[in-house]
Amino acid sequence: MCLEKGIGTLRWLAFVLLIFVLPVSVLAGATADQRAAILAPTNHFSQAEKWETLSGGSATNRRRFGHDAFSQHSANLPFEEQANFFVGDGVFRRVWVTAPASVKTADGLGPLYNARACQRCHLKDGRGHPPAGPDDTAVSMFLRLSIPQQTSGNEKLTVVPEPTYGGQLQDLALPGYRAEGRMVISYQDVRVVLDGGKAIVLRKPTYSVADLAYGPMHPDVMLSPRVAPPMIGLGLLEAIAEVDILAHTDPDDVDGDGISGRPNRVWSAEQGKFVLGRFGWKAGQPSLAEQGASAFAGDIGISNPLVQDPWGDCTEVQTDCRTGPHGDSPKHGGFEAPSEIMEFVLFYARNLAVPARRDVDATNVLAGKRLFYVAGCTGCHTPKFATRNDYAVPALGGQLIWPYSDLLLHDMGDGLADGRPEGEASGREWRTPPLWGIGLTEAVSGHTFFLHDGRARDLTEAILWHGGEGQVARDAFAAMPKRERDAVLAFLNSL
Amino acid sequence: MKYAVVAAAIAFALPVQAVASMEVSDILETYADIALAKYEDSHTTALELQSAVRAFLTEPSEASLKATKTAWISARVPYQQTEVYRFGNVLVDEWEGKVNAWPLDEGLIDYVHRGYGANNEENAFYTANVIANPDLVFGGHTVDATTIDQDLIHALHEVDAVEANVASGYHAIEFLIWGQDLNGTGPGAGERPWTDYSLTGCTGGNCLRRAAYLTTATDLLVADLREMVVAWGTGGKARVGLSASTMQDGLATIITGMGSLSFGELAGERIKLGLLLHDPEEEHDCFSDNTHNSHYFDEVGIQNVYLGRYQRIDGRVVEGPALSDLVKATAPEVDVEMRGKLDATIAAMEAMRQSAENGVAYDQLIADGNTAGNAVVQAAVDALLDQTTTIKKVVAVLALGDVAFEGSDSLENPEAVFQ
Repeated sequence: MCLEKGIGTLRWLAFVLLIFVLPVSVLAGATADQRAAILAPTNHFSQAEKWETLSGGSATNRRRFGHDAFSQHSANLPFEEQANFFVGDGVFRRVWVTAPASVKTADGLGPLYNARACQRCHLKDGRGHPPAGPDDTAVSMFLRLSIPQQTSGNEKLTVVPEPTYGGQLQDLALPGYRAEGRMVISYQDVRVVLDGGKAIVLRKPTYSVADLAYGPMHPDVMLSPRVAPPMIGLGLLEAIAEVDILAHTDPDDVDGDGISGRPNRVWSAEQGKFVLGRFGWKAGQPSLAEQGASAFAGDIGISNPLVQDPWGDCTEVQTDCRTGPHGDSPKHGGFEAPSEIMEFVLFYARNLAVPARRDVDATNVLAGKRLFYVAGCTGCHTPKFATRNDYAVPALGGQLIWPYSDLLLHDMGDGLADGRPEGEASGREWRTPPLWGIGLTEAVSGHTFFLHDGRARDLTEAILWHGGEGQVARDAFAAMPKRERDAVLAFLNSL
Repeated sequence: MKYAVVAAAIAFALPVQAVASMEVSDILETYADIALAKYEDSHTTALELQSAVRAFLTEPSEASLKATKTAWISARVPYQQTEVYRFGNVLVDEWEGKVNAWPLDEGLIDYVHRGYGANNEENAFYTANVIANPDLVFGGHTVDATTIDQDLIHALHEVDAVEANVASGYHAIEFLIWGQDLNGTGPGAGERPWTDYSLTGCTGGNCLRRAAYLTTATDLLVADLREMVVAWGTGGKARVGLSASTMQDGLATIITGMGSLSFGELAGERIKLGLLLHDPEEEHDCFSDNTHNSHYFDEVGIQNVYLGRYQRIDGRVVEGPALSDLVKATAPEVDVEMRGKLDATIAAMEAMRQSAENGVAYDQLIADGNTAGNAVVQAAVDALLDQTTTIKKVVAVLALGDVAFEGSDSLENPEAVFQ
């Protein structure tokens, strides 16, 4: 129609691009109100929202939904940057070996460690799981350790490590060294009855440590089990401006919805100041660089520019470990993993793409979405955010994303409490985990164990474990007729 | 999102009009025809490998093992040229893992040198050694390996969600033929003795089971390649899918394959990483020391897709209208540049090949301290980068936007929602 009026092809094209292709950039000059309107949870459930399919914006993986659904790079990454992603992938799956080794670039493991490669716990870049039984060596979870804040604590530490064993239990060691101990889990059945009389048996875990190799732990030791979280969308989460996350806080529950939402504040060695914590099950890490650096050191025993001790998590008491062989090398800036290596891994972690939604327009998915919103789940599982325009990876900037998380801390009740504070997070608080990709857990990882310690064996169990600020929403779910619960699950599985 | 589809059709009208004489559908047809020819050649050479394996196992000897090695190396020539089809075509990408997965923890399959280490907590199957162990019990998994058949190999592939558990494909077969390369970054490839398959003086133990594994893995390779021949033949899923896509998506498929293989996979994961770490474990064809050919024929594949001209293993030529023609009609100088860059990369790859043929294999080139060798490999990375820059110009010339990175639905894509 416009062509008939004599508009040239190029101008017509520009018109089309403006109207259809970059629709929301029309709102670039949008007022704060308009922007807020786009980001507010919808209250229209008769059809899918615009762009809802693309959970990770332009970076969304729209190609692979099977076993490799979590291993794709940001879809909009330029060719040159794809190489960095693939090199990072190589480092991520790389097996670190004992120093000294013929391959100097891969030595420095341990002496104490939980894994010899990132990929070991982040299987298929997906969610870890608790051991299937006492003989299962294929474990992708471990125990964090700490003791209560002492009188004159270092404020920059989010936790005070257990004096002998450090910040986490390393259950593996190099030959000639003693692994610290063995995580023991026992489960107890807890029966829950849903609407319609269906009984669900939840399993309540208890954690302890056996075979302590370095003597007893501090009497006040606090244990917190942690499953490896999925690796998708981490760069997008990092790209959300701090102020946008803080806008969701309501520490004193002024709006009276029973949900507070508190930020964790943690020391950033990289930035030299206290900043919002946003990664980890309790938001104890300020950035992906610092999360990665501490995982290299704590989990694998690999020193790097941000966490420089070559002995990893060995304490002063573990003298043999501290004096053991290490792989620090002048060629690598004095570390076991030089900054170059860490940069590749960082790039990789930032660019693991979130998969696109499936069936966004299906009737039961939309019905489940409505129930999810009405039940109040979105009080913490915030549907939408916009990423900053000035993020380090340009492909991830300026995106409308759908993480279904506010990245804030919430009291989740006694049932889920680990009793172990971390920074500002209390022993009852957890960071809302993003839900994007959750419906592909089984396809990617071959299991459906959820929550921080994998105690829930499916999504229904995971919802039923919600207490504290999540209690009302959980009760609403439990009171739904089966048809409605199934719709909620259909919605979650479409994420 | 109907409006997006409309927008796609209108937006694409521009480049198509610009090259009215050029039928994009012909270009896609050439692309599919070359795919078919390459997969047919891969299938044919795999059948020859299968014959060689049978002959070797019937009468194992130094000579029949050597013939098997020759057949494997020949089989890689057409197959590597197909890799350019992988990234653009999801169907191929999903299929590829069972045929060319790499790197692998070979201890899953057979005995390994003790320097490999007995334990690897990362991978309970690290030294599972299926050939020696008919019963595998690990953690939550039990695998009955009494009979080595296709079902068992499927069950072991990526077992425990560990990607390094590669049970099938070219590289598993390569290991069974050559054995581990224990020479690090020094000269020499794997040196598996033919007697590992001897019926009378068996070395390495379990020769019959090893033979069963080699036979089964080779049969599987043939069957898997057959699948791709069907997919690209008349009425095949890959060909039909391509012709059903929009012209824009079709062209984007071709360029995505070229760009992603050039710089992500080849320059990045397969070359740069190994060079950075100086680690022969990161060498693509590490048992046979055939990596130089593997990289070279990847690049040849990129080039012949762009030019629309593939010379088959029997010397016949498949050719037709190609991307190059479309670019030439739109911006001849970009076509000249693209051709030049492809030639330059071929030359850089050729230098690695020359080196290997003169006795300094790829794993020696990437050794720590081998400055001259490192430079030869780095030159290939640089050429690939240079080539990629021009591929992006091709994308711009054809007004494909950023679709080349993804291949479909691009205009549904909010490029940057909040500016």
